[in-house]
Amino acid sequence: MFDRMARRWLGSALVCLLAVVMLGADGSSDPGARFGRIGHNMMCVCSCGQVLLECNHVGCPDSARMINELQAQLAGPNGTGADSLILNWFVNKYGASVLAAPIRGGFDNVAWIVPIAIFLLGTVGTALLVRLWTQKQSLALAHGPHTDAHSSNSPRADALRDRIRRETEY
Amino acid sequence: MNQHPMPEFGSFSLLIALMLSAYTLLAGGFSLWRSHHQFAGTAALAQSSRLQETARRAGICTFLAVSCAAFALVYAAFTNDYSLSYILHHTNRELPTAYKFSALWSGQEGSLLLWSWLLATYGFVLRVRHKVDVRLSAYASTILSSVQVFFLLLLVFAAPPFALEPGPLAANGFGLNPLLQYPEMVIHPPMLYLGYVGFSVPFAFALGALMMRYPGEKWIAITRRWTMVTWMFLTGGIFLGAHWAYSVLGWGGYWGWDPVENASLMPWLTGTAFLHSVMMQEKRGMMKSWNVWLIFTTFLLTLLGTLLTRAGLVSSVHAFASSDIGNWFVGFMALILAVCLFTFFKQRDHLATENRLESVVSRESSFLFNNLVLLAACFVVLWGTLFPVLSEYIDGTKTTVGAPFYNRVNIPIGLFLLMLTGIGPLLAWRATSLRSIRRNFILPGIAFAFSAAGLMIAGVRPWAAGDTWQSSFFSLLAFSLAAGVTTAIFAEFLRGANVVRTQTGANLLVATGILMRRNTRRYGGYLVHFGVVVMFIGIAGGAFNQSHEQEMGFNDAMNIGPYHLVCQSYTQDSNANYDTDFALLDVTKHGKHVTQLAPEKRFYHASETSSTMVALHSTPLGDLYVIFEGRNPDTNRPIIKAFLNPLISWIWVGVLIVIAGTLFALAPSVAARRRESLAAAAIPAHAEVQHV
Repeated sequence: MFDRMARRWLGSALVCLLAVVMLGADGSSDPGARFGRIGHNMMCVCSCGQVLLECNHVGCPDSARMINELQAQLAGPNGTGADSLILNWFVNKYGASVLAAPIRGGFDNVAWIVPIAIFLLGTVGTALLVRLWTQKQSLALAHGPHTDAHSSNSPRADALRDRIRRETEY
Repeated sequence: MNQHPMPEFGSFSLLIALMLSAYTLLAGGFSLWRSHHQFAGTAALAQSSRLQETARRAGICTFLAVSCAAFALVYAAFTNDYSLSYILHHTNRELPTAYKFSALWSGQEGSLLLWSWLLATYGFVLRVRHKVDVRLSAYASTILSSVQVFFLLLLVFAAPPFALEPGPLAANGFGLNPLLQYPEMVIHPPMLYLGYVGFSVPFAFALGALMMRYPGEKWIAITRRWTMVTWMFLTGGIFLGAHWAYSVLGWGGYWGWDPVENASLMPWLTGTAFLHSVMMQEKRGMMKSWNVWLIFTTFLLTLLGTLLTRAGLVSSVHAFASSDIGNWFVGFMALILAVCLFTFFKQRDHLATENRLESVVSRESSFLFNNLVLLAACFVVLWGTLFPVLSEYIDGTKTTVGAPFYNRVNIPIGLFLLMLTGIGPLLAWRATSLRSIRRNFILPGIAFAFSAAGLMIAGVRPWAAGDTWQSSFFSLLAFSLAAGVTTAIFAEFLRGANVVRTQTGANLLVATGILMRRNTRRYGGYLVHFGVVVMFIGIAGGAFNQSHEQEMGFNDAMNIGPYHLVCQSYTQDSNANYDTDFALLDVTKHGKHVTQLAPEKRFYHASETSSTMVALHSTPLGDLYVIFEGRNPDTNRPIIKAFLNPLISWIWVGVLIVIAGTLFALAPSVAARRRESLAAAAIPAHAEVQHV
């Protein structure tokens, strides 16, 4: 009864979700957003360590010029191509450190692959560990000696009570 | 002879402190070694115990000596003693009193002295409370004194805060870095350091317990409060720093993934993992080796953070000083790691697990995954911080790893963690039945689905967001998960309160109070989780940030979101400490006057540097954040940049809830108090027997 009701609720929720998903998908990209995105993928080269569009030093010798260059690139022939064209233009002019993230390919790929690989390895390792431990536990329960705690005052029963208290406390 | 006595007094105090802590280490270590190799009851054992007591007292006196040195430096700052190089470079006569006090940690030498003083303070408390467990405390005290010796060696030989300035006495100092002249900067560094240094104590207890093969898990109960208090300070310190960055740096954000910020986040992540996984050891005797290594790693990460930022290994906007003390840190870290490895391999049979995991669907496995996620996040931060060094070594090019990298990798990890925050507490220890899963998860599941649908109807549609689809998707997921997790937490409260209400007949509010007092640890933990959810809501609001920059003369207007800003005036002012350039902006919303904002740009005379003073109008729904960027040199009119940051105040409220939850969890529950009073009633008889 409860199962059926839950399934109905879940079904209705999914239908609603799909209906909403179908609403107004246009996927357009406006030039302002593109300027913001590319500007946030570059660092200011004035050594302040801040993202280009966030550098707000008084009299910063570089950020205003770089922002103008970015606007010129967006308005020029590179503006119709991929973001990487504009980013490459900046890398050629200022060096690789102008990029806010390692996206040049080659050794830069290692920066992205290693964390993902470590996370996947960790997940698989943890899952295997959990499986191994649960299997060992079920084997131990199947072959282990039966506990004998007939007397409620025995030290074994006391230990059991203490364990139950610990394990149900929080 | 110098007319100011403080340099000599301070230097002498540091030397005395070094000798005392070296005595604590050597005498403590020798007495422990002797007692370990003698038969109980012999005269040598009594001698060892006496020697140990002298070591403990020397440790207590170290605190007094380091306090004298810290007092000497602060006194020198207040009396404008520019014969001291440190005071000359970090203060000036016009500096307000509170900031003269904060000069203690504004430079490298002073911050190392603060570190040393806090360590001595923690050591003092540990040694005074040694009766909790005399032998374990002796081990912890000796280990702690080794860390103290290292920092005092640095202060005496490598970075002396009482070094004299050569040449004639200067009339005025160079002033404090303007970025540090902000009220939060008076409390942020000490709080962060309380967190950093505090992890030395659980580290010392864990290493000590392993060295002496401490029976049972009592050491965890002893160190639980230390760890939680330390974690709370670190949390508070990190977020005070984030709030400072938001209010002072003027770039509209609060977290820039700078190496110094990363250095504080890494031990916080491993410390959080330790706080969770240690429960498995306490309750089920599992994960002993893992826990030991988690706390070792946390302590080593606090040292690594200092190494990264002080040795100039990675560049940081926060690195207010760098020097060659990095070699000292590398040496000390290598020594600590060697001691940890040696002790672990020598005593690893003592860390054998008592129980195995019984079910995949259990609280234990949720803790395992929680640890995995937290450590993965920590690894990402460490990897990103060190990658520029690695790329320069391998590729010859120093690659920048900035916010886009961390956001792209850590946001999914963070959302996974948010999900576990809701799932974990709903699972039972050992194994969770299907019925229980169904009962506990149906409401949070419904809340998740309804909020996702509601948000999509309200306009949060990643597929329609174009270039920003990723941030839109992540914020949608974060808000929906937050709704699910909040429902899960409140359902737990409600379920428990209903049981209490049935038992006592009290109303729901009173019943909730009784429930929480019965088990402060559990419900304090839930409050912490709720605080984390609130913080995530604030962080997810960042997906909808807006900004607008404009030159504004008299009566010029700017629109951002629902706000309409009109420039009423712009002018300049001056005082003894700084010149200021500011604009007065009237803010209206839907035609109604809201507030007047005055963003400033200051120029500090002593240090000849500029600083931004942000003007902020904060509401629960969002902040209007306005900065004075400077003046257009052609028109002499101010350039104003305004940000609309939705939900950002939720982050600060979330932190307050986290701290309140931690404090609540630290309070003894009714059951614990009852057990303690029963134990106290039993002690006189026990003590009498011992005395006889």
